[in-house]
Amino acid sequence: MLHSRTVEIGVGVFVAAGLAALFMLAMKVSNLSTFKAESGYAVSAHFDNIGGLTVRSPVRMSGVLVGRVSGIGFDSETYQAVVTMNIDPQYDKLPADTSASILTAGLLGEQYIGLDPGGDLRFLKDGDEIKLTQSALVLEQIVGQFLFSKAQEGAAAE
Amino acid sequence: MDTLQNLGRWALGMFERLGRGHLFLLYVLMGTPGLLFRLRLVVQQVYSVGVLSLLIVTVSGLFVGMVLGLQGYNTLVDFGSEEALSVVVALSLVRELGPVVTALLFAGRAGSALTAEIGLMKATEQLAGMEMMAVDPLRRVVAPRFLAGFISMPLLAAIFSAVGVFGGWFVGVGLLGVDDGAFWSQMTAKVDFYEDIVNGVIKSAVFGFVATWIALFEGYDAVPTSEGVSRATTRTVVHTALAVLGLDFVLTALMFGGV
Repeated sequence: MLHSRTVEIGVGVFVAAGLAALFMLAMKVSNLSTFKAESGYAVSAHFDNIGGLTVRSPVRMSGVLVGRVSGIGFDSETYQAVVTMNIDPQYDKLPADTSASILTAGLLGEQYIGLDPGGDLRFLKDGDEIKLTQSALVLEQIVGQFLFSKAQEGAAAE
Repeated sequence: MDTLQNLGRWALGMFERLGRGHLFLLYVLMGTPGLLFRLRLVVQQVYSVGVLSLLIVTVSGLFVGMVLGLQGYNTLVDFGSEEALSVVVALSLVRELGPVVTALLFAGRAGSALTAEIGLMKATEQLAGMEMMAVDPLRRVVAPRFLAGFISMPLLAAIFSAVGVFGGWFVGVGLLGVDDGAFWSQMTAKVDFYEDIVNGVIKSAVFGFVATWIALFEGYDAVPTSEGVSRATTRTVVHTALAVLGLDFVLTALMFGGV
């Protein structure tokens, strides 16, 4: 039954190659190896404007990925955006007065939340809120402010 | 009045065929659980449907990935963001080209062979002979082929995508000088496992189901003459291509579109 044997070996190789390809796509191409499901702790923050931030945007501290945005909501009492972040449990020593700002990677890149550590001896824990926040920079507003200040300079010079 | 009658006959014929196709599918699906005890039949078919398609799928995947690498690089280099090349290559392969091109190749390589085989079995009255011996040809002949196609397609599509990514890597990193580390890290940062990979696998499974179904039904329903079998084979390729492309739009709209 040599023929049947080659057929079975061929099928075995084929199935193994297919599964290996799937595994390679999962581990090497996609983020499965870097992203651990919601195992961390949640921290929220209010922002005046979140710009282009989306769910699953990265949260970075000193450029290191420490977590991801897990939800974006709207607080209808303060008219601010509420961003909840899922921080990886291995980064459990973030000071309680850590500040969060929305930054852009590169000139036109994706937006992410940058955390700056404070000096508090207490640490952020699950459900805490980051009080110090800085909103996303909206290009039109910056250009508007620039034109406005230029106009004021011109007026002051006269 | 005659044109109306012709139109009516045509429509009735189409609905009849559609109904036959679905009944056929139902019987085939009912025949698949019994195959667990006759895995040898399925293995034999996975060999002829999957293993023998491996060469064309691998070579096409490699070249599609390499072309994507070249074209993507030429566009992205104008924006100084050639590191995003890997994202372009990986996303287009995993989401679209992997499942779709593999399904089209599958229709041409395996689907047409299935139709011709079953059609000829019908034309030479082998199927009728089986029925005479109280062997259900749907269970003995068609169901193993169906299961084999359904199993092989996602595996073939995964191989296509994986080889394509390496083709893109070869052109991007090897020939055009994109940074190796940035290539892989950008890819892992932007390609989501559930959103992209799993959805791609679901797509390829759906295409495998549809492509095998069409191929087997065309063969089983063929007019049992040489001309009938040749027509059925042509119809298999054409109908599978149309069904795959149409379904691809629907699936994409459901998965990624937010339509």
